[in-house]
Amino acid sequence: MTLERDSMPPAGDGRIAPTAGPVDDGVLQEALLRAGRLLTRREVSPDLHDVYRRGGRAGDAFYRNRWAHDKVVRSTHGVNCTGSCSWQVYVSDGVITWEAQETDYPSVGPNSPEYEPRGCPRGAAFSWYTYSPSRVRYPYVRGVLLDMYREARHRLGDPVAAWAEITADPQKRQRYQRARGKGGLVRASWDEALEIAAAAHVHTIKRYGPDRIAGFSPIPAMSIVSHAAGARFVELIGGVMTSFYDWYADLPVASPQVFGDQTDVPESGDWWNSAYLVMWGSNVPVTRTPDAHWMSEVRYRGTKVVVVSPDYADNTKFADAWLPAQPGTDAALAMAMGHVILREFFVDTQVDFFTDFARRFTDLPFLVTLSTKDNAYLPGKFLTAADLGDTAPEAGHKTVLLDSATGEPVVPNGSLGFRYADSGVGKWNLDLGDTKPMLSMSGPGTQSVEVLLPRFDADGVLRRGVPAREINGHLVTTVYDLMLAQYGVSRPGLPGDWPAGYDDATQPYTPAWQEPITSVPAGAAERIAREFADSARRSGGRSMIIMGAGVCQWFHGDAAYRAILTLLMLTGSMGRNGGGWAHYVGQEKCRPLTGWQTMAMGLDWSRPPRQMIGTGYWYLHADQWRYDGYPANALASPLARGMLDGMHTADTLALSARLGWMPSYPQFDANPLDLAELAGDDPAGYVADRLASGGLRFAAEDPDDPRNWPRVLTLWRANLFGSSGKGNEYLLKHLLGTGTAQVRSGETPPEHRPRDVVWRDEAPEGKLDLLVSADFRMTSTSLLSDVLFPAATWYEKHDLSSTDMHPYVHAFNPAIDPPWQARTDFDLFGALADRFSALAADHLGKRRDLVVTAMQHDTPGETAQPGGTVPDWRRSGEQPVPGRTMPAVTVVERDYAAIGEKWRALGPLTERLGLANKGVTYHPDEEVAQLAAYGGVMSSGVAAGRPALDTAAKMAEAVLALSATTNGRLAEQGFRALEERVGKPLADLADPDSRITFADTQAGPVPVHASPEWSGSEKGGRRYAPFTVNVERGKPWHTLTGRMHFFLDHDWMAEFGEQLPIYRAPLDLSALFGEPRIGPDGASVTVRYLTPHSKWSIHSEYQDNLLMLSLSRGGPTVWLSVADAAAIGVADNDWVEAVNRNGILVARAIVSHRMPTGTAFVYHAQERTIDVPISEAGGRRGGMHNSLTRVLVKPTHLIGAYGQLSFAFNYLGPTGSQRDEITVVRRRSQEVRYR
Amino acid sequence: MRVMAQVGMVMNLDKCIGCHTCSVTCKQTWTNRAGMEYVWFNNVETRPGLGYPRRYEDQEKFRGGWVRTGRGKLKPRAGGRFKRLMSIFANPVLPNISDYYEPWTYDYEKLIDAPLGDDFPVARPKSLLTGEDTQITWSANWDDDLGGAPQHALDDPVLQRMRDKANEDVRLEYEKSFMFYLPRICEHCLNPSCMAACPSGAIYKRTEDGIVLVDQDRCRGWRMCVTGCPYKKIYFNHRTGKAEKCTLCYPRIEVGLPTVCSETCVGRLRYLGLFLYDADRVGEAAATEDEKQLYPAQLDLLLDPDDPEVVADARRDGIPEDWLAAARRSPVYRLAKTYRIALPLHPEFRTMPMVWYVPPLSPVVDVLSRTGHDGEDAGNLFGAIDSLRIPIGYLAELFTAGDPAPVASALRRLAAMRSYLRAENLGEEPDESIPAAVGMTGAQLQEMYRLLAVAKYEDRY
Repeated sequence: MTLERDSMPPAGDGRIAPTAGPVDDGVLQEALLRAGRLLTRREVSPDLHDVYRRGGRAGDAFYRNRWAHDKVVRSTHGVNCTGSCSWQVYVSDGVITWEAQETDYPSVGPNSPEYEPRGCPRGAAFSWYTYSPSRVRYPYVRGVLLDMYREARHRLGDPVAAWAEITADPQKRQRYQRARGKGGLVRASWDEALEIAAAAHVHTIKRYGPDRIAGFSPIPAMSIVSHAAGARFVELIGGVMTSFYDWYADLPVASPQVFGDQTDVPESGDWWNSAYLVMWGSNVPVTRTPDAHWMSEVRYRGTKVVVVSPDYADNTKFADAWLPAQPGTDAALAMAMGHVILREFFVDTQVDFFTDFARRFTDLPFLVTLSTKDNAYLPGKFLTAADLGDTAPEAGHKTVLLDSATGEPVVPNGSLGFRYADSGVGKWNLDLGDTKPMLSMSGPGTQSVEVLLPRFDADGVLRRGVPAREINGHLVTTVYDLMLAQYGVSRPGLPGDWPAGYDDATQPYTPAWQEPITSVPAGAAERIAREFADSARRSGGRSMIIMGAGVCQWFHGDAAYRAILTLLMLTGSMGRNGGGWAHYVGQEKCRPLTGWQTMAMGLDWSRPPRQMIGTGYWYLHADQWRYDGYPANALASPLARGMLDGMHTADTLALSARLGWMPSYPQFDANPLDLAELAGDDPAGYVADRLASGGLRFAAEDPDDPRNWPRVLTLWRANLFGSSGKGNEYLLKHLLGTGTAQVRSGETPPEHRPRDVVWRDEAPEGKLDLLVSADFRMTSTSLLSDVLFPAATWYEKHDLSSTDMHPYVHAFNPAIDPPWQARTDFDLFGALADRFSALAADHLGKRRDLVVTAMQHDTPGETAQPGGTVPDWRRSGEQPVPGRTMPAVTVVERDYAAIGEKWRALGPLTERLGLANKGVTYHPDEEVAQLAAYGGVMSSGVAAGRPALDTAAKMAEAVLALSATTNGRLAEQGFRALEERVGKPLADLADPDSRITFADTQAGPVPVHASPEWSGSEKGGRRYAPFTVNVERGKPWHTLTGRMHFFLDHDWMAEFGEQLPIYRAPLDLSALFGEPRIGPDGASVTVRYLTPHSKWSIHSEYQDNLLMLSLSRGGPTVWLSVADAAAIGVADNDWVEAVNRNGILVARAIVSHRMPTGTAFVYHAQERTIDVPISEAGGRRGGMHNSLTRVLVKPTHLIGAYGQLSFAFNYLGPTGSQRDEITVVRRRSQEVRYR
Repeated sequence: MRVMAQVGMVMNLDKCIGCHTCSVTCKQTWTNRAGMEYVWFNNVETRPGLGYPRRYEDQEKFRGGWVRTGRGKLKPRAGGRFKRLMSIFANPVLPNISDYYEPWTYDYEKLIDAPLGDDFPVARPKSLLTGEDTQITWSANWDDDLGGAPQHALDDPVLQRMRDKANEDVRLEYEKSFMFYLPRICEHCLNPSCMAACPSGAIYKRTEDGIVLVDQDRCRGWRMCVTGCPYKKIYFNHRTGKAEKCTLCYPRIEVGLPTVCSETCVGRLRYLGLFLYDADRVGEAAATEDEKQLYPAQLDLLLDPDDPEVVADARRDGIPEDWLAAARRSPVYRLAKTYRIALPLHPEFRTMPMVWYVPPLSPVVDVLSRTGHDGEDAGNLFGAIDSLRIPIGYLAELFTAGDPAPVASALRRLAAMRSYLRAENLGEEPDESIPAAVGMTGAQLQEMYRLLAVAKYEDRY
């Protein structure tokens, strides 16, 4: 603002008063006015319009006083969003008054918009919570439990004995479990609440094992220290942290499949560099509110914006073209667009820019073997150096292509076989030398053969020809040739059935074919595909697709993503500023990654940590598996070999556990502390023997055995039961045993029950002994907890924030101290660790813990099972080999009396073993010394002499010091290590002198710098885009071929028909579960049930905030189309009930023509805490959005031990998809009652 | 001529994402207090829609703004001074609380305090006016994102007028969906009808910056101003019994800070700056006979800060040098007068509002492409503006008293900017016929682009 105060006339000097005016009061009045003018000293304008007065401005003081404040403190919101917005918190008289955005982000440059201001209405409403009536002010314990505990504690004198007695008594246990979520919370002291929690932990470790304890807290990036503080406690005691990214179905499984990377995306400032921008299933103004301006602004550079969305969404307002694809059909559209691009830019004409990119950076030229079936062929496996006769152990992971000049096979650098073997040093790179890879098979001996390809849009299979040649006794073709066959792009001389043209609707995957599926006009699909590719050609790969939950969170979201990624990979639009995929679902980017990981996993004290796939965990332990209506092979390819025949999906999970693909906790039907005692000197051999003999069984093979239940669960920064928990009613029923769940589904019929997993006729209700949570507001999780701790809000603590959307790290700072008895998460877990240690000294002492872990991605473990097979030793009877065909076995020492001491100091493994991340190991020796100097060292105990982490600020400092993004010295060190393996310069990307301290982040947002922790480079202040290091420096992707994959050759991928990008429709719930078909039926209508993210909340946060409720409808709602509402006689704001086999939801209808017929939106994470009446259908409190969902596991997500298809925490695992659901909606009585 | 200065605002609706951050930061800062629960100095409306309070634009009902009499003079629609004096003890024409919404809260404490029962505790809505249980039937933003539009939006006064006039059938159907957001604050009018309506002389317009305020000491709560304001941006605080309104954050403006709503606008679409205008001609301009000429008449009041005569007169009238400097680099002047892409809201209310709007452009290319044309070709683009998804007639009823020409012209300039800049983005030769076609130079389009797209903080305020 350019107005300066000293230029202002003094207040009270001038005002225009209203008495006069050209007001037509008639002639008489005007005459009077003119006369009056002569009598006043005020100045009146000639036309009598204005009267000028002086003074009379004392009344202005009211607003000046209101604006007055004492201080402004920088903080942010640790909510699970990707905003990471820096805020000013205003404080007056020690009271937080309001907040407004900071605007001091470092500049992006003179020719670009800036990141200021970042924020949204939700964040702006946050301070309401500080003093709200639902603020949790004190520790609470369920009264029923507290009475029992006090009595037993008093009588027995020992907290652990008291807990043991209560939980051993089935009646007592059931009494407090049944009280969960039904009120009756009473205040307790911090001491007493901590003692109960600590006693439960100690008892559980002793009685069942530490792997029966779990912690869940998602999204470290949103408040890194608060996450790490709790996770560190859980991991140090040997407990299990369950994953979130895959559980939330935010993980695009296509990313590890295609890129070998969890997810890496451009910051929103890079949208500004795009020349063509598609928003596909991503409603940017709502879900990326602070970033949306980049999208609106880049339009002014002439960038065309296209939206694919079933509804007229908020972002559609900005779209130059709207492709209203029906929900779940996105892959059909993408396949048709791929068809057009392959036809016009690869086959009919060639664009060097595209083909050069394809040769260097994708698997398109690599050779795939063909095996015979029904007088035709099936795509098999990548041809490897082993197939060419190379007998080195790594040869099976070296893929092969043909040189177009010689026609001879070449084993190019960069594949997995070069990554770990000694022979690969300096050769793990994308250099092709003189080789020009052949895209399409040609040369001597080339023949045309028919391959069989699956289709899921109709019965039958596709028969399409590819050119093939025999190489060393193997008939092979290229991935490129298979892609053309898959997409139905014909070439002269090839046999098979091909579409006649774009307008041939009978054959996949033409524009005309997709039209009846998606409802997008064929011409539009064709035109947008052409424009997209042409724009990429003209702009050097600056076509970008922002892709989101609307595509990702379907059961087959991975397949859809692969179809969309194809458009980018074919057009040279990956690894570019302004181009590529921009997957914005969830918040995966904790930029100071290595430091956080060290703190949160306790890697400085003990390794390996127990990390669990969340979806598998809740699927098994909430007994959702007992309700699967279909066998695992129901979704298999028509060309499947029958590998899944006779299996239930739970069997696939058990198989994945025993083959070391995915982790599985609890581990075995035995206490791992006891196993370590029994195992002797060869624990791995001992476990393998006992598994082979059947004397030891994986817990996943009998999840309902009381020995295998999870017993203690701690939730913080999380609302599992009000937000993320798919299958809410199953969680309530089986995990918590509330007795109020409204599960309506029948159990798996006998003929489809598991083959390997034990079926117990009586399903357990109430597996969990103790549910602990910490929060500052009353969520569904707070309501259900046995022990509830009062948490500090985000304006009351020190912490760190980062996001994928912008390149900065910045701080939380306390504007006030935590009020009432609230404490920070950091202080809570410090106190719990101490309390636990004190009780453990007597009950546990020093113990050895036998830990089993899955084969890890970015470690040699990912080479364990070459060829992508299923070496199921249980079926074959072979002896399992730990670390190869079964999980690896490690024994970890746990000094249970010293957990508190370890928790608050940096352990010695930091420098002794170094810190590994994505295959790069850092050695922060100098940093350890600096941290000791900065924060002091511990004076006694096991941590004597170690750097202190006894405040949140010190832990924040350690996170920054131990991460390469925030510590240039480590970045350079990591790049140097990588250079050695890659054999190409990388270390110049680092800024070795740059070091971000916590104080820097408190002063303002600080940009991070390039590091091997991520795939792109910020060097020189450029905008972050993923994979630029791969494209510009020739560093391989972390995949089998080292390139981006179109083709996946694991046995199970073939079994599910997903070797190549393909369209798979939303799950047919009528066929799988007997749900009704979509459409009206009398007084009810069946609709697709979608739960997109809301404008008025971030997950469940803010959905109870009075400001947000005042700006919306004031309670839970269902958006319905005009036709669906009319079919059941529903008017806007009528109460309706939505019912399916999983549960019941009661909400009000919002009727709008922006909704497509046949689809309802229930915005995500509307809890049952606000204005939810009793349901007519069930007679209990209406449910929440996840009452109508449940976990459905896709077995291909369980594959492991094979290149990029290997486990890493939150990196690969089954997703908790929830979009395929349908529900029956009907108008209910408008008389509602609440109890 | 008497030169006066006015702090004005321009909002670029083409960038508005409808997030309501402005509403919340404003409310948190100024109105989250007793008696003001229902009050949003800043609100954001989805259009088509009813607005807040409902149908406030219907002056047949709410009697706001001015009317032109047969003698070519202006008269408050609610009646002249004598009529108002005679009826001072009668209830003025006011929106009732249901036209705004009945504010509520919940018995949140139940979630913590509920004794052990047999089901989940729940927080029920309670009226903030009566304290009793309530059922929520309307809110501050009920029809957000076209929610309930099939039932309500046909009552949108703008839509109705458009249909009446043009006999145009705007159907609210899925395939034809359109919407945009309209953020609104007090217009800080040059010819404020609220001020004229106040029997107590409590409302005044500051001479130095044109901010219209209610003197909290002098206000007697007659509520005539609520009727008088056609935008319904004066609210009655039922606790204090006084009128309150948007203050354009004068405690911030005075220390060189933008308004809260501007600075917190994450769409980066708000511009604040100084206008110089001829105060002596306000009355005459507001009384322009033809409604469609009100926008040009108001535009004509805005003085060129680079004109030496204007500068001399301004100095004579006591406008400080740094204010003149501010006027010269005023983004709002450039958007309104130089580029003519910003337009006033409802000029036909004759209050000479000073918060202006760049109309929303999108989506253009789609419309064209459906006809089989290349939507990015500049020639086609201009032709398409008449067939926008957002009917141009709707925008004209909002911004130009129904005259489509200025709206179309503004949209053509925005479209030209996009088309022209695309060549630069792709490193191709720019087509100079594009700026020429909209009466601008390439350099001007570039400047306009920087102001709208790059939009640095210091250029916005």
